[in-house]
Amino acid sequence: MIEVIGLTKRYGGKTAVDDLSFTVRPGHVTGFLGPNGAGKTTTLRVILGLDAPTSGAATVGGVLFGSHRRGLHHVGALLDAQQVHGGRSATAHLTALARSNGIGRRRVAEVLAEVGLTDAAHRRVGGFSLGMKQRLGIAAALLGDPPVLMFDEPINGMDPEGVRWVRHLFRRLAAEGRTVFLSSHLMTEMEHTADHLVVIGQGRLIAAEPLRVFADRGTRRRVTVRTPQTAVLAAALTAAGATVDTAPDHLAVRGLSAERVGALAFTNAVELHELTTRTTSLEEAFMEITAGHADHLAGSR
Amino acid sequence: MTMYAHPTAARAAAPRARFTDLVAAEWIKLWSLRSTPWTLGLATLFVVGAAALAAKADYDNFPFYEPEAQREHMFSLGDAFPQEGYLTLMLVAASLGALTMVSEYGSGLIRTTTAAVPARGAVVLAKAVVTAAVWSMAGVVVAVGSFTVSQAILAGRDAAVSISDPVSLRAVAASALLAPVCALIGLCLGVLIRHAATTMVTGAFLLLMLPTMFSSDKRWSAELGHLMPGIAWNRLTTDWMPPPHPGYYPATVTESWLVLAAWPLVLLIPAILAVRRRDV
Repeated sequence: MIEVIGLTKRYGGKTAVDDLSFTVRPGHVTGFLGPNGAGKTTTLRVILGLDAPTSGAATVGGVLFGSHRRGLHHVGALLDAQQVHGGRSATAHLTALARSNGIGRRRVAEVLAEVGLTDAAHRRVGGFSLGMKQRLGIAAALLGDPPVLMFDEPINGMDPEGVRWVRHLFRRLAAEGRTVFLSSHLMTEMEHTADHLVVIGQGRLIAAEPLRVFADRGTRRRVTVRTPQTAVLAAALTAAGATVDTAPDHLAVRGLSAERVGALAFTNAVELHELTTRTTSLEEAFMEITAGHADHLAGSR
Repeated sequence: MTMYAHPTAARAAAPRARFTDLVAAEWIKLWSLRSTPWTLGLATLFVVGAAALAAKADYDNFPFYEPEAQREHMFSLGDAFPQEGYLTLMLVAASLGALTMVSEYGSGLIRTTTAAVPARGAVVLAKAVVTAAVWSMAGVVVAVGSFTVSQAILAGRDAAVSISDPVSLRAVAASALLAPVCALIGLCLGVLIRHAATTMVTGAFLLLMLPTMFSSDKRWSAELGHLMPGIAWNRLTTDWMPPPHPGYYPATVTESWLVLAAWPLVLLIPAILAVRRRDV
């Protein structure tokens, strides 16, 4: 369990995180979303005790992570896969990390196998692709078999097979009862992986709720209708209470279901070429909600 | 991978935090870089080579020396510990010492390290232990090597000094100590400065350039100069100096030993305080 309580972090005059509070619970994959520069990485750094908060606090399992003398058994973290020494082999990198926490070499071989890097174990990390470095970072996070795992943009640079593997891994880790906290600026990524979302913008909390609830907060359903008789149908739909955007060959209808639109077309003897329901994608919901938040902030200044 | 059942069970299974594990981890980090054995090997060869060349020059010129110089052969200890060799060793040791820190800051690896070991001061101490150990071994090999090779060459003119001579022993010990002292100075500068190029320039200036700015004929300037590691080492490898008189203020042997010992110990304190306080 990760708890962030009234967290504020300023770097000089710039406020990166502003009075942020949320909780990340075990047993779920929680997505940490926000546009670039929203304060996600700063928040993760404070949780890991790397940066000291200006005010507020972040705890893991009820204690400040920085108060542990060794960290790998408490939290496994991947902040930036590029942050390795290119001159070392994957094995050397992991062996040194493991040894610092009193973890043996057998575990190093285990996590290398887990992330599929056994064959590359003795190659120097400098020659790794970004996707391989992400796998190496995930291996490092798994070393201590920790109850809490945090990953900052873990999908970057991964091939489709890697993306599928990593989604499966995150879900399995959560199913084992761990807290899995996953940051990304890509909403589409969360759609396939996360159960819960923490959404921030400009350092402030926008939403902390189950993913489905968040998606439903976005624009309501839209129905697209193609018809040669746009004017007739638009008038009928508007009369029935719908909001209609008219284009030369189709209508975008909000506020009525496809069934009702079809029925209205039938009773008005309108010929239909297409009748489609479009649900808002998570991406659209995210863009809409964060954009609204940014506008609100800009307006309040 | 092991299944994870209860948070408390996993935490109870966590091994104790031992400082020796941190030292072992830093040892693995240092030796898993190809540059480490290469740098140590080349630095050793260079210093021993410099001593051999210095001894060879005196060997060749020996017939032309004054009878007194031939009898006293005051050049012999100087040939064992030539400036060009040992100033280079100081620079290399300080740079490699600094690199153990600044390479982590430069690559960002320091964040992974700190997340794995939140006890930051202990990490710096472990690096200091490894740095001191590796460079002490290298220092002994270099000092004994340059002494042995140079005296073997000078023995051909019957101009070698014995290692069992108290002054020779002192010179070998001080020369062996010089490398770890400089490596630790570099390490501490790396912690304090973090930026690679700035650390290297500061180290080179402090160890090599600054000592040349002090003169030995003004008392205050000479006293400041005695605080420089290179000048302290120079004093300890010189067998005889005229007694102090107005216009001439040499350092004492005791003072010079203290200066060599004090540098790393005094610098480690601000380094550990800074690393504990700053954002990573």
